[in-house]
Amino acid sequence: MIRFEPREYVSTRRVIGAPVFAALIALALAAIPIWSAGADIATAYVLMVNGAIGSVFAISELLARATPLILTGLAAAVAFRAKLWNIGGEGQLYAGALAAVAVGSGSLALPSYALIPAVLVAGALAGAAVMLVPTLLKVKLGADEVVTTLLLNFVILLIVQMMLEGPMQDPMGMGWPQSEPVLEEAMLPQLIARMRVHAGLIVALLAAVFAAILMRRTVWGFEIRAVGANPSAARHAGIPVTATFVRVGLLSGAFAGLAGVGEVAGLKGYLTADLSPGFGYAGIVVAMLAGLSPLGVVIAAIFVAGVFVGADSMSRALGVSSYLADLVVAMSLLCVLISGLFVRYHVRIGGSRATD
Amino acid sequence: MASRAKQVANGIIGGPMSDAPAEQAAVLKLAGITKRFGALLANHAINLDLYPGEIVALLGENGAGKTTLMNILFGHYVADEGTVQIATPGGELRPLAQGSPQAALKAGIGMVHQHFTLAENLTGIDNILLGTRSLFSPFASKRSARARLEKIMRDSGLTVDLDTRVSRLSVGEQQRIEILKALYRDARVLVLDEPTAVLTPQESENLFQTLRSLADEGLSIVFISHKMAEVLSASDRVAVLRHGELVADLPTKACDRNMLADIMVGRHLEPEARMEVDKGPPLLKLSGISTGHGRDALHNVSLEVHGGEILGLAGVSGNGQGALARIISGLELPRSGSMEIDGRRLKPAPRTVMREGLVRIPEDRHRDGIVGEMTVAENLVIEDVRSKAFQSFGFLDFSAIEERAEEAIEAYDIRCPGGGAVARLLSGGNIQKIILARTLDKEPKVVLAAQPTRGLDIGATEDVHRRLFEARARGAAILLISEDLDELFQMSGRIAVIHRGKVSPPREAAGLNRSQVGLMMAGQESEDAT
Repeated sequence: MIRFEPREYVSTRRVIGAPVFAALIALALAAIPIWSAGADIATAYVLMVNGAIGSVFAISELLARATPLILTGLAAAVAFRAKLWNIGGEGQLYAGALAAVAVGSGSLALPSYALIPAVLVAGALAGAAVMLVPTLLKVKLGADEVVTTLLLNFVILLIVQMMLEGPMQDPMGMGWPQSEPVLEEAMLPQLIARMRVHAGLIVALLAAVFAAILMRRTVWGFEIRAVGANPSAARHAGIPVTATFVRVGLLSGAFAGLAGVGEVAGLKGYLTADLSPGFGYAGIVVAMLAGLSPLGVVIAAIFVAGVFVGADSMSRALGVSSYLADLVVAMSLLCVLISGLFVRYHVRIGGSRATD
Repeated sequence: MASRAKQVANGIIGGPMSDAPAEQAAVLKLAGITKRFGALLANHAINLDLYPGEIVALLGENGAGKTTLMNILFGHYVADEGTVQIATPGGELRPLAQGSPQAALKAGIGMVHQHFTLAENLTGIDNILLGTRSLFSPFASKRSARARLEKIMRDSGLTVDLDTRVSRLSVGEQQRIEILKALYRDARVLVLDEPTAVLTPQESENLFQTLRSLADEGLSIVFISHKMAEVLSASDRVAVLRHGELVADLPTKACDRNMLADIMVGRHLEPEARMEVDKGPPLLKLSGISTGHGRDALHNVSLEVHGGEILGLAGVSGNGQGALARIISGLELPRSGSMEIDGRRLKPAPRTVMREGLVRIPEDRHRDGIVGEMTVAENLVIEDVRSKAFQSFGFLDFSAIEERAEEAIEAYDIRCPGGGAVARLLSGGNIQKIILARTLDKEPKVVLAAQPTRGLDIGATEDVHRRLFEARARGAAILLISEDLDELFQMSGRIAVIHRGKVSPPREAAGLNRSQVGLMMAGQESEDAT
């Protein structure tokens, strides 16, 4: 018989160790689909690891992929901490990208040191503005933000398509639905010459540090945690609950908007409607893997990016479907959620008396 | 009294065998039970025997370890040390496998939890049979089961409609289902955790009558309580726990109220005196407040509370106290009427009323009083986190917060592992102490105390009362909303009654008696009030 006894005290080591262990188990479980696809398991793992961290190029790819995941992960993590369920990271990302193109593709003629901050600010503001709408609908009218943020994703994507086939279409694009290119002065610099990893990574890391400090060390963070854990006690204690939700919503949207800026002004150089392969949704997974800790988001994003990049390269080499990456990420999430059980409970097997 | 206190300090009063019918064999034997939660010693070397046909009251303050002990017995927790033995039907003591509710059930231990464990959408009979029947013959045994249950109901006097959905039953009826559940499983030991906490006085009396008749049939009963009156009237033996240790095991007939209170708290309690203080100016003034509709409405409520007085507001729960407390707390605006604090008229909002020197002790301390997931220290400063004392430029001043927590934990005797402990893990009394510390330490002008001792044990109640008296002595105006007439008469200078959203004019407590107030709570004007 298996029994669960709640732990009264949970050590930090266990809190950190459990998800790492869970991720390793998920990676190990990936052997089953690899084997069923008929590939050699050992080769597949070697290829996966090589593809993720085997060379400077691989690491650059890994970090380039992790950059938007860190930002959308932060967007989910700060919002979820206040129990503001922002599922709209994808839409906010596209809003940020759209704003970056609008500002960075020729409408402002500024030198690089002014134009890059302008592009970043514009993207953050656009993401924040998109998240402001469902937040206000929630606090003023009680509209469920899970529904409104999710549906806004499709609204934003349609607006992006409209812009790309209308006012913002590249006249030199031969009719393709893509935007005018971002000016050279507005592009985020590469961190390694001729590699794709770009300064957006620095922005993402700074954002993570900022979020960590905000949540743990400031009055606003205190209020966010209080509102998230017990809104009625927070209100009773005089914490401005509505203002806190609005602050969290703006911040969350801004993080997701910055992710869009990075993709447009750091990688692609122009906007298309398939800019993001679901980074907004993957950010939710990243935040959950990280236990909503801002610094944990960085690690979780790198892990998820590593799985994607590694599995991509392995699948190209072995002809295994690249859906394997999605499978591993999904299994990691399941394993982490299950490992949460082991963090909070003693698990005892057998009916005999345990000596603890 | 002093000599008794000394006796208490020296160890167990009475003894495990002091009143045991020597010729009878124990049905249950707890030996040397020790349980630690981290640094907290919840149970320390507890020995307790239970004999057939007796009712034992397990008495102790919140956090004394009563529930922990019973949870070990029932298999929810595993003891760090010690053994549990239970007699087989033949009378032979056998060790009970720990940590397994199933083993406990099988051995004949039934437990009625404070919060019932019933499936609300099933009928009574389905709840009782749940888990007792084989998966392969779901229908065959129901008729015989019903016959057996009906016999149990006849014999015990526990009548309840078995075919009504549990969600439609009253709390008292649900409890009867719980007890029937245990009896149906042939329980020989029945444990009840604070069985009267949710019952009306009438229902409590019925319960104890039933328990007595069950005990006469040979059932052994342990009930957990911190209510002196029911312990004295309903038990054969009293076991008192204090700080996790068994400090007394006495026949009930050798006990009296004061003696048990002293043993339980571990020191001598002075009866609190209602000291007269000079009444000051009106510090809280409500004029013509109306709001809401239905049960939670207020109709033209006007009230003045003066500095240095405690105004008691009596009333049966659900007559508008909630709405009144929400308005004074600033959580809700009234439809009409106004509120003044110390002569300043204001639009109530939590921060506005606090700024004017009004502090609130909320009725539901878990929902409105604390953020359970946050630490004791964070909960102590949550109302003042924006004040210069605890932050600069929006950054929290951790050393100031920690210092404040240490000071409050010390001054208010908040029992917790430290300021960094998660508040949710504290007992109700200690949670209330957090709220008292953060409110009364501000030297408030006005105190709103809504049901401040509900669910607290004697020691914690005394503590709350003492703190409120201290606040009054400093000149605070205190509005005490309570359903407990003893408390109201003990604390208040004047008493008003709220009934269906209307508040009667306050009258001097000295000129009132309990039956007058009781009648007014039931909606009758007392003769001389008109």
